[in-house]
Amino acid sequence: MANITSVPQATPRKPWSASPKDRIKSVSILVAAALVSFAVVAATPLKGKLAYFAVFFVAFLVIDFVVAYLKAGRPAAVDSFFRGLVTMAIVIAVTPIISILTTVWLRGHHGLHLSLFTSDMRSNSFTDPVNQGGLVHAIIGTFLLVVFAMVISVPIGILTAIYLTEIRGRFTRPIEFLVQAMSGVPSIVAGLFIYAAILVPLTKTVNGIQGSLALAILMIPTVARTSQEVLKLIPADLREAGLALGGTQWRSVAMVVVPAARSGLITAMILGVARVAGETAPILLLTGGSGAKNYNMFSGSMGSLPNYIWQSFAAGTPEAITRAWAGILVLLVIVISLFAAARTLGNRKVGAK
Amino acid sequence: MSSAQVTKSPALPEKRVITTRPRFSDRVFRAIVTSGGLSSLLILGLILAFLLYNGFDTFRTQGIHFLTSSNWQAVVSDAGKVDVVNSHFGIAAMLIGTLILSVIAVVVGVPISVGAAIFLTFYAPQSIKKIMVTAIDLMAAFPSVLFGLWGFFVLEGSAEYWAKLLNKYLGWIPLFKLDGPYVNRSPFIAGLVLAIMIIPIVTSISREIFSQTPLDRIQAAYALGGTRFAMLRAVAFPYARSGIVGGVMLGLGRAMGETVAVYTVLNIVYQVNWHILFSAGGNVASMILLKFGEASPYEIKALMAAGLVLFVLTLIVNSLANLIVSRTGKSGR
Repeated sequence: MANITSVPQATPRKPWSASPKDRIKSVSILVAAALVSFAVVAATPLKGKLAYFAVFFVAFLVIDFVVAYLKAGRPAAVDSFFRGLVTMAIVIAVTPIISILTTVWLRGHHGLHLSLFTSDMRSNSFTDPVNQGGLVHAIIGTFLLVVFAMVISVPIGILTAIYLTEIRGRFTRPIEFLVQAMSGVPSIVAGLFIYAAILVPLTKTVNGIQGSLALAILMIPTVARTSQEVLKLIPADLREAGLALGGTQWRSVAMVVVPAARSGLITAMILGVARVAGETAPILLLTGGSGAKNYNMFSGSMGSLPNYIWQSFAAGTPEAITRAWAGILVLLVIVISLFAAARTLGNRKVGAK
Repeated sequence: MSSAQVTKSPALPEKRVITTRPRFSDRVFRAIVTSGGLSSLLILGLILAFLLYNGFDTFRTQGIHFLTSSNWQAVVSDAGKVDVVNSHFGIAAMLIGTLILSVIAVVVGVPISVGAAIFLTFYAPQSIKKIMVTAIDLMAAFPSVLFGLWGFFVLEGSAEYWAKLLNKYLGWIPLFKLDGPYVNRSPFIAGLVLAIMIIPIVTSISREIFSQTPLDRIQAAYALGGTRFAMLRAVAFPYARSGIVGGVMLGLGRAMGETVAVYTVLNIVYQVNWHILFSAGGNVASMILLKFGEASPYEIKALMAAGLVLFVLTLIVNSLANLIVSRTGKSGR
């Protein structure tokens, strides 16, 4: 045993990874395609950013195809052609995201100033210079609308999820189906429903709680489906341990399963909030849009960020449009931070403290 | 032997009652949870009932013309009373508009989404995949008013150029015909905005389905010497096909119900317009929002009826889609 000679540790080879030669080749294909696109745009009447992009795309596919064909024949050529296609698809899919984010920042940050967060629009109109008036009333309104929507929808959503994962009675399939169907309800229909069910027969005027009810309808499916996914991840051992200790189902769900899934359930809530925070159509029908602060959900018109954006956009002057973009920037920051919070919580291990 | 000893044992404990009947607390718990679970049924039922109740008048007076005519006139007499005889409500123009917009959205959005899903599942390195998936999921959380403003202020500029190209080279197809110069705010651009809005949902569902492709079949295809494309064609596409159809229909449902983005981008004119480059059109949802502001109670009933039609349409499309998706997920092929 002792006389085994020590073999020098060879670095494991990865024959599938790209060699420097391959890298040079793919970069030169890109460069060649770019050159072709410049040449074509210069020589022909095709103009504009789109022309560069389209010609570059076609040239890249053709050159790549030919190179692969010469090296390894038709199957390899088709393969790299398809790879080019799907790469282009992801580029096109991501472009709007980048464009939207940069647009919102570039157009919105002019409208950002301190008084935005300290004053409301009670005594200003949307066409006033941007540094007058603010959207603190809209932030308060959106906050209240979302909190009330949460209070209504989170218990229902989580109960639905518990039914689907813990009880699994005979309604499981139908309810699963209905929750999915509910996630497709257009927001305007939710607004119309609350209008028909509450505003017309009962209140006869706009107020905040109606908006919250409509938002809750849109939020329930998101909360229910996300919570269901989370509860599914809780290992059956935990439930069985709870039952084996003599707990009733109620106690094992309430003391074991739900606490274990806590961070996931919070994620579900946050995702639900992110889903409805910017919802505009039902807000326009139901809550009105006063420019003053209103802390009462049950009476009076309630301003909100979507409404602020909408009214500024409708006012149409350059100042108002800048206001709209600033409003969107604030809304987007809220949505992105909610999203990031949901991600961070969701990435934690299920059951971890 | 041991069983004989047990039966002989003198101190036999009293017989326990063993039952599968849940305790009282559990029965209360189950009742609460079940009623919570059934609330989705209740809400959907209430939506249906209230819209039907409010829209019933319109359905009765307009009959089938509500769906087939394109005439929307709410006549109010001088005394401020509603002229029931001369008021006509028909949403055919907006139904066609809804169809056109969502078809454009699907035709443009689906190839991009499916391509992106294939890239993310089978081609992307892990690091890129993570970033891209986060970005696309984030896009799903963007509010629709943002898409609307972006479409109006940013996409409009580029889309004008694309529309002119389409008209120049494909103008002989009636769909792309344009009488007179190009004006902005056409169904074409609204359809593009909707296409971008459905990219996240179609991508994430396609990705989910592609990622369920059985690994052994993928490896078998590679082991037989197939290229990646050959593997996709022989294994992944047949496996995922019907699920992707379901994802596409979910996207279609999303596009059909979109209100604010369409309202912002499109010049809403109440007419049947098949020329997608011409600046007029609309869909049911945006029409409801447009007419709602100054509608009389009588007209609002007609809008409720329109809302009901939209609700039923999206419900059908979504249910079919979910049925297809869930079937793919379970049985495979």
